[in-house]
Amino acid sequence: MSYCKIVTDKLQQVLGWVDERFPLTANYKSHLSEYYAPKNFNFWYFFGSLALLVLVIQIVTGIFLVMHYKPDASLNAAGVPVAFASVEYIMRDVMGGKFIRYMHSTGASMFFIVVYLHMFRGIIYGSYRKPRELIWLFGMGIFLCLMAEAFFGYLLPWGQMSFWGAQVIVNLFEAIPVIGPDLSIFIRGDYVVSDATLNRFFAFHVIAIPLVLIGLVAAHLIALHEVGSNNPDGVEIKKHKDANGIPLDGIPFHPYYTVKDIFGVSIFLIVFAIIIFFAPEGGGYFLEFNNFFPADSLKTPAHIAPVWYFTPFYSMLRATTSDFLPVLWAFITLVAGLTFRATSCVWVKRACVLAVVGVYWGFFGLTVFGFTPPPIDPVILGVHLGRGFDAKFWGVAMMGGSVMLFGLLPWLDQSPVKSIRYKGGLYKTALALFVLSFVLLGFLGTKAPGYAFFGLIPGGPVAAVSTILYLAFFGLMPWYSRMDKTKPEPERVTSK
Amino acid sequence: MSLLNKFLAAAVLAVTITGALAAGGVALDKAPVRFDDASLQQGAKLFVNYCLNCHSASSVRYNTLTQIGLSEQQIKDNLMFAADKTGEQMLSAMRQDDARKWFGAAPPDLSVIARARASEDGSGADWLYTYLRSFYRDDSRPTGWNNAIFPGVGMPHALWTLQGEQAAKFVTKDDGHGNQIKHLEGFELVKPGSLKPQEYDEQVANLVSFLTWMGEPGQETRRSMGWFVLALLSVFAVLSWLLKRAYWKDVH
Repeated sequence: MSYCKIVTDKLQQVLGWVDERFPLTANYKSHLSEYYAPKNFNFWYFFGSLALLVLVIQIVTGIFLVMHYKPDASLNAAGVPVAFASVEYIMRDVMGGKFIRYMHSTGASMFFIVVYLHMFRGIIYGSYRKPRELIWLFGMGIFLCLMAEAFFGYLLPWGQMSFWGAQVIVNLFEAIPVIGPDLSIFIRGDYVVSDATLNRFFAFHVIAIPLVLIGLVAAHLIALHEVGSNNPDGVEIKKHKDANGIPLDGIPFHPYYTVKDIFGVSIFLIVFAIIIFFAPEGGGYFLEFNNFFPADSLKTPAHIAPVWYFTPFYSMLRATTSDFLPVLWAFITLVAGLTFRATSCVWVKRACVLAVVGVYWGFFGLTVFGFTPPPIDPVILGVHLGRGFDAKFWGVAMMGGSVMLFGLLPWLDQSPVKSIRYKGGLYKTALALFVLSFVLLGFLGTKAPGYAFFGLIPGGPVAAVSTILYLAFFGLMPWYSRMDKTKPEPERVTSK
Repeated sequence: MSLLNKFLAAAVLAVTITGALAAGGVALDKAPVRFDDASLQQGAKLFVNYCLNCHSASSVRYNTLTQIGLSEQQIKDNLMFAADKTGEQMLSAMRQDDARKWFGAAPPDLSVIARARASEDGSGADWLYTYLRSFYRDDSRPTGWNNAIFPGVGMPHALWTLQGEQAAKFVTKDDGHGNQIKHLEGFELVKPGSLKPQEYDEQVANLVSFLTWMGEPGQETRRSMGWFVLALLSVFAVLSWLLKRAYWKDVH
């Protein structure tokens, strides 16, 4: 017996011992070596594995940052907040700290880039369609966690933008009727963003949200491996199997897609390294310049801009002004009315009624009372909500709602085909307008409210039109996706 | 892949338009930042003599200056006026409370000032370079000084013995709506300092170079390391591509 054979036998024994107690081999097979993925994945399919890579980068760099970071808003001997100074301490005095910090700060932006592209892939190839609705919803949960994680984490360097960004966003909760003002104090733990806020945001950032995030990532993958991956043609590979029950157009994830994804990783790391080593501030988009000033509750910056990945939604919040509300209400009433007529599901009908009631309240509040409390105190009459919601409430509802709309996609899309390859001009136009409005909103969100394109075209109306286009992509999808002239889907997957 | 191409083309177009739109704002002079040891040492000398009296650079330790070609002994003999050991932070001797009493505000810590002052109008170095050359005499201010790009600044002109005293030349213009707006046209040197204007600009450039360096010591090393890392990753990319190709030979 050769030496090699002895080792192999021993390993087999160990593996057998483990397998009797834990399904190691079975899991390895069902998730890697015998998970059959369509063979025609293209460029867009790199971003799922890359999102997982960035998650690992963020967790590992995060662990090392926590070893040196101090969530403390008090001032040190030089008059600099301890939290702010501890970040600079990491940048200068911790071995390799500069790179750990830049990897973490760049990783945050890269996470959103990768996840936005991953979501775009899901949209164009219909990856959210039956039977993958739950994968999509788990993904939505991951996206929400990611936003929360980014928001909480952004307070930690305790710079001016950290402080005032958190102040603005927490203040938004005040718009919630009745409980709003108390809720925002409850969230901050103080009347302004302070040391109490910093400490609780730190706790959320390093443990609470990451725990939920990892759980959702596991659920996302388990659901995916249960139903199998979609592909650029949007056809099910499980319809055509060979004698052994293996899909004819499927290839084992390992080794085929593991080696392919490693190539994707190498390209991603090159981009990542270019940013970290040559432009870690990302031109003020990844690390905002103003955030190199320590937080100061007495100095409000002239322009408070969120980081780029929040700006499309922030822009929609800003676009929702009193002037814009009638247009918004008309649009919501139209979509709700159309949906009410078209659907047979009683719950959808009820949701439509609820939406129109909300609009009525808004209309009532603006026209009758001009957003001021009515002459008779409504609290006494027990109809606190009677005065209607103000523009701030609608703005906040818009910002939250515009994120949540993605979750409805599986039920909004009524097209007979999944992939954009077989969809018609109507859908492609809608998608192009959606992407354009998303980019415009994102760009305008980084600018001060009075911004005008080329100094001529005011940004406000552009943001308002973009907001309606964004909503229309979702709201009108049941109609244009059905009216659209589609091409027949192929039986089997096409090009490689 | 045609969709990818269209997407990339659209992305390039969007970035170009965005770039074109982002221009505009206050005019800042371009700072001639130099990272050679001589300039940085000269900047360090100006910094400890003129700035460190009131401002701290608490994230910087004196021995960090060994990175710009100074020995520990040189630092100890020439640059340390308010510290005993080279491992100490660069702290101002002025108390925060006194500063608030005298100037209305505590002077900010300057460790990362060159990064904080960056904006769409220019780099942080550009802002500092313009700022330190834009002080002028203004009797309406408590310190007797004002600044063209930082109106109502609390700091008096710390480098005035070098630059001398400037007076601002204002021109009143109608803004088209009947309002008379004062525009700064330029400066006039009313009392020369110990340096000629050109020499002064040169020294401010040294100081600003030092402030930029101090914002992230070792940023040149970071960039040169970057090329090495990119070379390594490129090799990895080529190898992983070959590996992928070898495995995918039998997929049709």
